[in-house]
Amino acid sequence: MSPKSTAAERPRVAAEPGTLALVCVAGWLIPGAGHLWLGRRSKGIVFLIVLSAMFVVGLWLEGRLFPLQLSEPLVFLGALADRGLGLPFGLAHLLDLGAGTVTAAGYEYGNTFLMVAGLLNFLVILDAFDIAAGRK
Amino acid sequence: MTSHFLLMVLFALLVSIVFAVLLRDTPREQARTGGVMFGAFIVTALVLGWLMYPFPL
Repeated sequence: MSPKSTAAERPRVAAEPGTLALVCVAGWLIPGAGHLWLGRRSKGIVFLIVLSAMFVVGLWLEGRLFPLQLSEPLVFLGALADRGLGLPFGLAHLLDLGAGTVTAAGYEYGNTFLMVAGLLNFLVILDAFDIAAGRK
Repeated sequence: MTSHFLLMVLFALLVSIVFAVLLRDTPREQARTGGVMFGAFIVTALVLGWLMYPFPL
């Protein structure tokens, strides 16, 4: 028997619906928190560091956290992507970061980093959901 | 930082790490998948860059 169990060797047990929801909410608020909750520590730490770094780089490049406005469909989709990281987005909003500087050289790159960080976190949340549901 | 290339490399690196960790379970597989993905990102960006070179904005 190997001293360290792999994901394939772990028993697949489906969590209660309430726990599933909490795992997803935790993963949305803090990137990687869902995996940390489920005992996938190394994965959770990597997601926490990398996705947070992407978000910070996006802000540093003077990218914009778009407002939710339905009149501009593409801006609305960008705004949804930005909100993929719950707590970092909330903190940036509170600190008045993410106003975006259109004339900055890194503006478009910043937007891309911010949106992709959020979208990747949605994938990470889905992965945590699958693990919690006993599918992985 | 205004180097488009370095920003692209940083983006490719971070996205490759997330996908590799998401898709694979062992560190060895993660390193291999991440490396391949990172290389593919860079090569594709360079090839597309050269292909777009003759077209003015």
